[in-house]
Amino acid sequence: MNQDLVFFTCVNILLGWSVYVVLLSGSLSFAQGAFMALGCYAAGLFTTKMGLPLIPALALAGLITAGIAAVLGFPALRVKGVYLILVTLGITICVRIALENLELLGGVGGFGGMAGANVYLALGIVAAVGVCLWFLSTSPLQLILDAVREDENVAAAVGINVTYIKVASFSAGALIAGIAGGLYGHYMNFVRPDSFDALISIYAVFFVILGGVNNFLGPVIGAIAMTVLPEYMRVLQEWRPTVFSALILAMLLFRPDGLLPLRLTTVK
Amino acid sequence: MGALLSAHGVTKSFGGIRALDGIDFALGEGEVLGIIGPNGAGKTALINTITGFYRADSGSIRLAGDEISGLPIHAISRRGIARTFQNIRIFKRLTVLENVLVAGKRAALNPIAALFRLRREKPALEAAANLLSAFGLEAKADWRAATLSYGEARRLEIARALYGGPQVLLLDEPAAGMNEAETERLVNDIRKARHRLRAVVLIEHDMSLIRALSTRLIAMDYGRKIAEGEPAAVLAHPQVQRAYLGEAA
Repeated sequence: MNQDLVFFTCVNILLGWSVYVVLLSGSLSFAQGAFMALGCYAAGLFTTKMGLPLIPALALAGLITAGIAAVLGFPALRVKGVYLILVTLGITICVRIALENLELLGGVGGFGGMAGANVYLALGIVAAVGVCLWFLSTSPLQLILDAVREDENVAAAVGINVTYIKVASFSAGALIAGIAGGLYGHYMNFVRPDSFDALISIYAVFFVILGGVNNFLGPVIGAIAMTVLPEYMRVLQEWRPTVFSALILAMLLFRPDGLLPLRLTTVK
Repeated sequence: MGALLSAHGVTKSFGGIRALDGIDFALGEGEVLGIIGPNGAGKTALINTITGFYRADSGSIRLAGDEISGLPIHAISRRGIARTFQNIRIFKRLTVLENVLVAGKRAALNPIAALFRLRREKPALEAAANLLSAFGLEAKADWRAATLSYGEARRLEIARALYGGPQVLLLDEPAAGMNEAETERLVNDIRKARHRLRAVVLIEHDMSLIRALSTRLIAMDYGRKIAEGEPAAVLAHPQVQRAYLGEAA
């Protein structure tokens, strides 16, 4: 397997996890492309304009993205279901348009000069985020998230601050997407606002639906399948959106909990 | 001494329908206050308003003297008011033990601390296990809650409500859908629960349950309180009988 493929698989795993973390509290986000873009441009500014080393730049970019997501999340997460999907897709489109109009960031012409990311850094970040998610899945916080996801009202009735939990998980998802974006930009060296279109947000959701929403390994399976298979099956390269959409429809109909449906219990 | 939980002039309307029409009540220490009334009388609306699910249009609700009307649901729960639901609402994907543990106020109060806390926190686990044992669910602690029978699910809902040490428990038609044997067991379970609480509010249509448990009774109809007092006196009240049986009664 070539290094590019491993790298993009890592970025997609991070994107899948960024959706998964939001979904833990019962919200489906199609804004991950926007957060990836924000992370990419923020990290790029830190490394190219301020001379920060890449890893601190990625961490800072992730935190800034998480902060922006928290501000957006308070009003956005008041709506549910299809309305939340529309709002989060709207965030993706708004961020893209904003980036196209910011000359400081290169506007439609794009932003370049980023460098330093490689496959080993990507694997390291995937491993670090994976360990964090495993830790989360065995902690009492997972119970709280599961309760909020299953029944917000009952969760509130047992004392859980549902708004706080939902905004925190939206922010955490943005943090992961922001880091993935920074990583992507510093591997590609050059990005444009349309590098982060709505399709990225949609694919990120597909990774989770395909792999499974009930444990953190599900999005890994989904991201690997949807990144690696097209490289080895030419028909998938040419008909990628069609085949993936059909696959997702089939999954939703016949295996709605994904390929890896089991939930890990927090108390044994 | 002031009431533990009190309501004064509480109103709540949905469009043109007045679900609560100037409700007053006071719940004292150690009481089991029964609330009866025909369907649509406003009993569940009252519980929903006390627990923050509905925001009262006017009036005041106080817990131990503090105004709680207008607070969010979780804040009211943290003040010490727990509830069950007319249609049992347990977390079906969680295990029985997890259902109880999730109601631990310490974890709910600080989610970030919950992330870093060791998962096997002995006192919390012991308290949850004791509750499950008291309600006959200890053998099913590791089962998915979705696999429980109706009666077991109701017991789990009560056990979950008791975890974290609330002051007041509001039970919304706990005997709904239960057979006679299950209702008898429920009476014992609520008696057990009562010892862990300062007071109980019990909404119920099953009069055997009301007679067995209530220390005082309120009857409602069309969002208004129509009678209040000793259970036997309220049940014999002509207006209450009319509300349940119609004008011919």
